[in-house]
Amino acid sequence: MEGLPPVSDGIAIELRDVVKRFGEVTAVDNVSMQIRDGEFFSMLGPSGCGKTSTLRMIAGFEFPTSGELLIHGREMGQVPPYKRPVNTVFQSYALFPHMSVERNVAFGLEMKQVPKAEIAPRVAEALEMVRLGSFGERYPRQMSGGQQQRVALARALVNRPEVLLLDEPLGALDQKLRKEMQAELKRLQSLLGITFIFVTHDQEEALTMSDRIAIMNQGKVLQIGSPTEIYERPNCRFVADFIGESNFIDGTVRHVEGNYATIETVEGIKLRGIAPRPVSTGAAATLSLRPEKIRLTPPRENGLNGQASSFPVRVEQIDYIGSDTRIVVRVNDKRTVDVWEQNTLSTLDRDAYWQPGEEAVLSYLPNNGLILTE
Amino acid sequence: MAEETLTRAAPTAPAAARDTPRRGFGEGALLVNAIFCYLFLYVPILILIVFSFSNSSLAGVWGGFTFDWYVKLFQNTRLMTAMGNSLYVATASMIVATVIGTLVALGMERFRFRGRQAFDVQLYMPVVIPDIVMAVMLLLFFSNAFQLLNALLGSSFRLSLTTVIMAHITFNIAFVAVVVRSSLKGFDWRLEEAAQDLGANEFNTFRHVTFPLILPGIIGGALMAFTLSLDDYVISYFTNGPGASTLPIEVFSRIVAASAPTINAVSTVIFLASLLLVSVSQLLQRRR
Ligand SMILES: Nc1ncnc2c1ncn2[C@@H]1O[C@H](COP(=O)(O)OP(=O)(O)OP(=O)(O)O)[C@@H](O)[C@H]1O
Ligand SMILES: [Mg+2]
Repeated sequence: MEGLPPVSDGIAIELRDVVKRFGEVTAVDNVSMQIRDGEFFSMLGPSGCGKTSTLRMIAGFEFPTSGELLIHGREMGQVPPYKRPVNTVFQSYALFPHMSVERNVAFGLEMKQVPKAEIAPRVAEALEMVRLGSFGERYPRQMSGGQQQRVALARALVNRPEVLLLDEPLGALDQKLRKEMQAELKRLQSLLGITFIFVTHDQEEALTMSDRIAIMNQGKVLQIGSPTEIYERPNCRFVADFIGESNFIDGTVRHVEGNYATIETVEGIKLRGIAPRPVSTGAAATLSLRPEKIRLTPPRENGLNGQASSFPVRVEQIDYIGSDTRIVVRVNDKRTVDVWEQNTLSTLDRDAYWQPGEEAVLSYLPNNGLILTE
Repeated sequence: MAEETLTRAAPTAPAAARDTPRRGFGEGALLVNAIFCYLFLYVPILILIVFSFSNSSLAGVWGGFTFDWYVKLFQNTRLMTAMGNSLYVATASMIVATVIGTLVALGMERFRFRGRQAFDVQLYMPVVIPDIVMAVMLLLFFSNAFQLLNALLGSSFRLSLTTVIMAHITFNIAFVAVVVRSSLKGFDWRLEEAAQDLGANEFNTFRHVTFPLILPGIIGGALMAFTLSLDDYVISYFTNGPGASTLPIEVFSRIVAASAPTINAVSTVIFLASLLLVSVSQLLQRRR
């Protein structure tokens, strides 16, 4: 806090080999990551994967068992929460029930001994920002969940933190309110340029809102990347499975050239795809193929260009869901593949469409298939 | 105890009068029950108050209206001293027990530590142990401790009003801790984290968030300690010294000696005082 300005190189938060254990449980297992200034960074993963624990260490409610945690280049070590330039929006809101909305929002400024004359206008401004300008006198219990949520947001933002931590802040809201608050959060984030670290269960929420996403499982960070990277180039089977839907086809690596590799399944089908991580011939690997990246064509008709991998299938089941048609095709008695086709043509012609039992050829472009080894 | 039941029973009456579309048998029964509860509680008190104004030297006979007994009461130095002693003991033991009991409750609720279970059980001993056992225990403790200290230091510690206060603190800590802990059960500890997150250090967090929120529980605990101390007979009797009678001891010795209507007067004064106390605390709690 004193002396030379810390060197941060545009990095708001940095974790270096952070481990957090609760007795026997390793909640956070050797996590390293850098979160940039002004970034909307999300942590996504199944329940119990260590998202909250990570966030709580950044906030200072827990201290790492080992490893380093830096905020703007300053080692946080055992620094208590009230000395950190971060604020938290809790899932349960945690508004002070014995204080009016105004006093809730003013609390942080009062604790930092901001001059009285400055507090009132800043509180008013913060409430205005979350569109609760006229609610200052109310008590939290007199407000709806969505309004309380916004008070919690104003209470954190009024302190102009360097980093705002949000732990499933929209978890308790219904679908419509959730969408509204997502837009609201995005608006505030770009307005204020504050770094947001956002924890969520909801992958769609993470994909639409984030600049970058960290996918966690069992205390480990598996992949960090932009929403497109995470979706299009998952680096392991877990990420491919967790985000969106995927077909997984196991096989053995037969051929490697550059970033591309070809696997062969037990049935002898050869499948080509891109390998995000280096693979070696003879290793076991899985082809991950998103259902919407697959083309189904009648036999003999050439679906995709010559580079495509393809194999014959039989249409088994067709589910029309309006925008898409979801088709299950059978490769042999042991294997089916899901295919989604967008209904770009008039769907009234559906009778001329695929029928169960029809023969077809399944094909995909190799840069849409991923060869994953773990 | 009557005051306590009063505050608990209070919600029954408005519930019966609530504006519901259908008033069935259940609601009627509840109303009757409430009325009986109130009668049961207040008729004896009413009788007591009425007879405190009775111009008859027999405590239970009506002999016309008079203020005499109140005049006599305030002229009776022994009763007044005893009342003063009682108030002093109750106030002192309430203050000390409330501070310690609250801290104990906070510690027990917040931290998980080795031996917590055992500590938990031990803490509540004074609540479940019969007064007489506690009294004998404390008497034995004081006399042995004083003997030892006096022999070692040449001091002259002996039973007095101070030992009564110490004894009352001992059992009151447990009662305060129980009451405050039950109010902490519903406390959302994330509020403390939220306060710290907003820049409040431990002291400010306690002062601005934890304390105001558990204050009703603390007030409840303090009131209970005060009342328990005020009407304790057995433990006070065993641990007091010469000339350090508390009100219950004085009253009882008089009742045994001769039935004196001043007792009715003193009871009425105490009843009204406790009513005032409870009302004030209720008002304080409603304000937030
Ligand atoms: N205070 C604690 N004591 C013991 N174990 C804990 C504690 N806090 C978390 N854990 C454990 O650490 C692991 C990670 O928990 P964490 O709360 O970080 O998960 P999460 O990713 O936030 O999950 P969710 O999505 O359900 O909120 C879990 O196995 C949890 O049981
Ligand atoms: Mg969590």
